[in-house]
Order: sequence, then C-alpha cells, then structure tokens
Amino acid sequence: MTEDELKKELKDQEYKYGFTSNIESEVIPKGLNEDVVRLISSKKEEPLWLLDFRLKAFAHWKTMVEKRWAHVSYPEIDFQAISYYSSPKGKKEVSWDEVDPEMKATMDKLGISMDEQKALSGVAVDFVFDSVSVKTSFQEKLQELGIIFCSFSEAVKNHPDLVKKYMGTVVPPSDNFYAALNSAVFSDGSFCYIPKGVRCPMELSTYFRINEANTGQFERTLLIADEGSYVSYLEGCTAPSRDENQLHAAVVELISLDDAEIKYSTVQNWYPGDKNGKGGIYNFVTKRGICHNNSKISWTQVETGSAVTWKYPSCILKGDNAIGEFYSVAVTNNYQQADTGTKMIHLGKNTKSTIISKGISAGHSNNSYRGLVQIHKNATNARNFTQCDSLLMSDKCGAHTFPYIEVKNSTAKLEHEATTSKIGEDQIFYCNQRGISTEKAINLIVNGYCKDVLNKLPMEFAVEAQKLLEISLEGSVG
Amino acid sequence: MIKIKNLHASIEGKEILKGINLEIKAGEVHAIMGPNGSGKSTLSSVLAGREEFEVTEGSVEFDGKDLLDLAPEDRAREGLFLAFQYPIEIPGVSNINFLKTAINETRAYKGMEPVSAKEFLAMVKEKSALVELDAKLANRSVNEGFSGGEKKRNEIFQMAMLTPKLAILDETDSGLDIDALRIVANGVNKLKSPNNATIVITHYQRLLDYIIPDFVHVLYDGKIVKSGGKELALELEEKGYDWIKNELKIRN
Ligand SMILES: Nc1ncnc2c1ncn2[C@@H]1O[C@H](COP(=O)(O)OP(=O)(O)OP(=O)(O)O)[C@@H](O)[C@H]1O
Ligand SMILES: [Mg+2]
Repeated sequence: MTEDELKKELKDQEYKYGFTSNIESEVIPKGLNEDVVRLISSKKEEPLWLLDFRLKAFAHWKTMVEKRWAHVSYPEIDFQAISYYSSPKGKKEVSWDEVDPEMKATMDKLGISMDEQKALSGVAVDFVFDSVSVKTSFQEKLQELGIIFCSFSEAVKNHPDLVKKYMGTVVPPSDNFYAALNSAVFSDGSFCYIPKGVRCPMELSTYFRINEANTGQFERTLLIADEGSYVSYLEGCTAPSRDENQLHAAVVELISLDDAEIKYSTVQNWYPGDKNGKGGIYNFVTKRGICHNNSKISWTQVETGSAVTWKYPSCILKGDNAIGEFYSVAVTNNYQQADTGTKMIHLGKNTKSTIISKGISAGHSNNSYRGLVQIHKNATNARNFTQCDSLLMSDKCGAHTFPYIEVKNSTAKLEHEATTSKIGEDQIFYCNQRGISTEKAINLIVNGYCKDVLNKLPMEFAVEAQKLLEISLEGSVG
Repeated sequence: MIKIKNLHASIEGKEILKGINLEIKAGEVHAIMGPNGSGKSTLSSVLAGREEFEVTEGSVEFDGKDLLDLAPEDRAREGLFLAFQYPIEIPGVSNINFLKTAINETRAYKGMEPVSAKEFLAMVKEKSALVELDAKLANRSVNEGFSGGEKKRNEIFQMAMLTPKLAILDETDSGLDIDALRIVANGVNKLKSPNNATIVITHYQRLLDYIIPDFVHVLYDGKIVKSGGKELALELEEKGYDWIKNELKIRN
C-alpha cells in the first residue's frame, strides 16, 4: 500500500466513524483570500514550494466545511473577523497593571517567577531573561549532537530539505477543516530533528523559546526522529495562557523512523473562559504521528484549559513491531467542553497500542472521550489495551465515551475497560477523619485517579501538572 | 477527655441516637457493645463529624472544646481518631503519601513545620513494626485490594502514626484472624498512655481479653442501657442480649 492510498483509506474511515460529518456548502469569509495567503508567505520570505503548499491547502480549505461531529457546541466562527498575519513586533504590548489579577494569583500559586510571569502575560521585558543563559548552553549542547531545534520559520530558511520532505506527510493539508486552514495560514511553530542514533540528552521544551517566537493561533510543529534516535519533547506550560485570539488551530506532525522513539508531553492551560462560560479559547488541534519499524510514539497530555477543546493525538503504526501510546488527563470545569481521545491505526505486524484516558468533569462542563482502534488486514498479532475512566465532581456535569473499534485481522487482541464514578463522599470523609481538609482530599483523590498518566510525564512537569489539577478543580465538588 | 451529654442524632428524619450520656477520662478504656443496628457506628460517625447525621439535641465536649462545633478535619487534628468498621479505598494514593499529608495537615493546624522525610520514615518503620504491617502494604494505595484483615491492621497502623488523644475502634477485631487479633490488640495496648483514651466497639469478649476495658457499656436502640466493669462483657457473652432486653421490659 502506498502512502497516498493509506491516507485515502484513513480519510474514508474517518467519515465512517463520525470523525467527520455531512458536507454542506460554505461561504468563504471575506477576511481570508488567496492574496492574504500570498501575503503571509511573502512577509515570511518563504520559498516558492511553501507558497505552493499554502495555496493548495487554501484551495482545498475553500472546498471544505467545518465538521461538527464532536460533542461540543460553540457559535459559528467568523473567519472574516480573524487577522491572519501579525508580525511579532506588531503584537500589542500589555502593561503589567493590565494583567488580570486572577491570572497573576494563579501564576503565584504555580510558583512561576515574576520575570516569567511578565513574559507569559505578554508584557514586554527589557531585562535579561533568567533562562537566556540556560538556553544558550542548551543550544550549544544540542548543536554538538547535530540536533536541530528551532522555530518553524528558521527551519524553512536553514533546513528546507527536511521541512519539504516531511511537512504534510502525516497530517495532509486536506485532512480536516482546521488542518487545511492551518496549512494555508500557519504563522510559525517549532521544528525538531534528531539525527540517526542520537539520544537527545535533555527534555526539549517550547518553553525555552517563549520570548522568541510569538507563534500565535495557527501553530505548526514538525518533529522528526531519525533511525534509532530518542527524544522527549514538552509542549506548553502550566501557566495560564491568555490570547486575544479566540480560535487556535494547531497542527503537530511526528515522524518516528525505524527504531526511534518520541515521547511527546503536553500541558495545555489556555484561558477557559470565566465561571459563566464567557470568553475562552477554542482549541482545535490535529496531532498525529507515524511509527516506522520497531519505533514508538508516546503521547501524554494534561488538558485543563480552553473553553472548547477538540483534539485526538493519534498514531499510525505503519511499521512492524511499532508501539503507540496515549495517556491523557482532561479536566473540564464550569462551562468548559472537551472532546478528546486518540486514534490508533495498526498497519504493521506485532504492533501494540495502549490508551489510558482519565476524564474529570466538574461544574456544568462536558467531557468526552472519543477513540478509534483500527486493526488492518496485514496487522497480524496486533494488541491494544484501552482504559477509559471518567470521574464526576458534580451532578451537573457530563462524561461521555465514544470508543470505536474495527478489526480486520482475526489474530488481534483487544482489551477495553471503562469506568465512571462520582467522587466519593466516603473517601472525602475518610481523609477528613485523618485531618485532611476537603480541598486537599480532593487533590489527593484526583491525583491518585490520574496517577497512571501523571507518572508518564517527565518529573518536573508532573509536579507542575499536579498543581495545575489542584488549581483547576478548586472549589469544584458539589 | 470527652463528655457526651444527652446526644440525639438522626438520619433522613429517623432518630438513631436517642440520648447518649458518656464520660471518658484520660487513661481509660471503654468498651461499647450492643446488638446489630443499635447505633454503635452511628455514634462513632457523629463524633467524627459525618455530615449526613444531624445532631438534634445534646452536647459533646472534647478536651475542653465544643466538638460538635468543629469541622471533621479539625476534630481529627484535635486528636480524635476513628478506626473505621469498613475502611475506605483510595486508588492511586499511596498509604505513605496519605499519612504524610495527614500528619502535615495536623502539624500545620498546630503551627508546626512539616515532618522531615527522615523523621517520617523512621516513624513508618517503628509504627509498622508495632502492628507487624507488611512493608509492601505501606507503599500500596490506601486500602486498595487489601484483605479485610489487612485493612483493619492498616487502621491501627494509621492510629499509631497519628497518635490521637481519643481513639474509637469500630469493630476492629472483626475480620482479624487469631494471630492478627493478638498483634493488633498488643499494638493498641502499647499505644495506651495516661494521656489518651480508647473506645473499643466490639461484639466479642475475646478482644477484651487482650484490651482490658475499665468500663463496658451496652448500647441498645440508641441509648446506653447498662454500664459496668469488664465482667459485664463476660456476662453478655454468656447470656446474650435477651437478658438486657428482658431487664428493660421489666423496668418499663
Ligand atoms: N445512612 C443511613 N441511612 C439510613 N439509616 C441508617 C444509615 N446509617 C445507619 N442507619 C441505621 O441506623 C441504625 C444504626 O446503625 P449502626 O451502623 O450505627 O449500627 P451498629 O450498632 O454499628 O451495628 P453493627 O453492629 O451491625 O455494626 C441501623 O438501623 C441502620 O440501618
Ligand atoms: Mg457498626
């Protein structure tokens, strides 16, 4: 089977499994047209092939409509109201006094230093950033090993062959509405290449580039682990992120070549809107990785932010003995909505996948797990284990699971476990009786519930993620 | 230590405790016996502050404070400990982490620094030896997958770690094998001091052979209907509760 055939088949399957829905006609918003796409490309001084990529994506996007199969509801997005290009320098500067006091308080609780707080809030910082020196020695070390870790724009300039070879191979521009939109207008993002046989000696984190690239709402990440290499990549940070743009549509592509391993960890804490569900970010992300022979991709995510989240980090297990993993904690509170899960596509022999999803719903929120496990004809001895748990913190929230399974090879072995539970008054009382306050008790119980996922995060990140869970669920039992 | 006066409590409008009077002094061990459903666990829950139960009348003074005025966690921090008849499982939370949190919350309440890792581990070692708790259990999730007897032993381990002023053991003996009963009872005895007190709720005289009570009370239909010394437990074992019931009938 060729890659193209494969992509087509995947796409057809998606229709079948409700990952897409009926096509209606769509009026193309005035704010976005071919000239805008050309303008973005020329402002960024891009090569012709990239302009071409954008234009094709845009042409395709024009033929698509936004799919509404996810278990979330939000008003129609006015694509005309969106500005698709803003140079980093043109960004509106914020003064420290303007930053929401609640956000400041949260950052204090997370133990984020004042300098970082300012940088994260978009306040212009004119002093030397604490982590700059760390960053420099960090970059030197990476260069010695031949590791490339830079912004997407820099990669286009300095490593065009790599970008050209891999960009759009895992998430083709035609994949879905928001992937197409991203492919047409993406602003910037991250690029990473680990050479053959190299084990990246440190966690790569976008955090290190926080001041550098103002990646904005249409971010693009491309990560290539060459044969026999290893990398652990951290995306996002626990600090609450506010943005004037309501719509965020990122694309992340991972390529794990033979015998390589990629560990991709995300903490997402975009502004979720206020207690009444006003405001907040719409986070529509397409994340997918491809695993070649004996390779592995492991997605770990802790999702606490955004008003609406729509996200399915997936693995195409193309090579024999490939391994895909998905560990997820998704918290929704107040009026947040999340529809998240994964797709594990088993193509190679002896491929294995593990899915552990922990949903926590509080307030009036809605939290859905949507997963697809697909075993293709040639995937003999494929294995999948899925565990999908929901924890309810109130009587007004919702938890939903939509697991889809398709098996075309009789040697496959699949296990599926699912539970839904309400946080136990008995458990809280038991903790109280040992001197533990209700708030702390909830933290303990929730952290215990998420342990299998938190354990997969790099140590420091895990500690931060725990704190983040605490803050996200403050005062949420009812 | 604790003065319970005319305590009435109900759940969902049904009165379960119908006027309990009980005073316990430091250094004493009181046993409470009584037929199933008479209100023994309800009394423990009410003292520990379980919110489902509504106290409709009466007062409880604990170490000079109005117990009923305190939140459940503050009652615990003030030194009230309940060994649950049915210990609760908390998946994913290690026993050690649970206890460390409990100890530090109590210390913070008292204005003390958190316990150091070294001190804490030494404590775990000492106290788990006291009840011969398998070191593996200390590291496992709180009560998750523990056998019935292991759960009971773990309750006493927690008690040893938290060193309460007043411990209420609600049928800690049920589910323990003969050896475990002896070990757990010995553990409780070793924790006894002139400054603390224990309420032992049990159905069986056997436990009281090990933990010798100063007083034995019979709880029947939400009231303490008879009190006596340790020989009362023997008498009950011999005659059953009918004897008490008959006595009550005659009195009425
Ligand atoms: N949550 C509840 N809702 C309704 N009734 C309750 C509740 N909890 C306890 N009761 C009732 O209160 C009464 C006393 O129960 P309790 O558990 O205190 O008895 P006990 O003396 O501890 O019995 P045992 O020896 O079986 O442990 C029983 O009739 C029981 O059914
Ligand atoms: Mg009972």
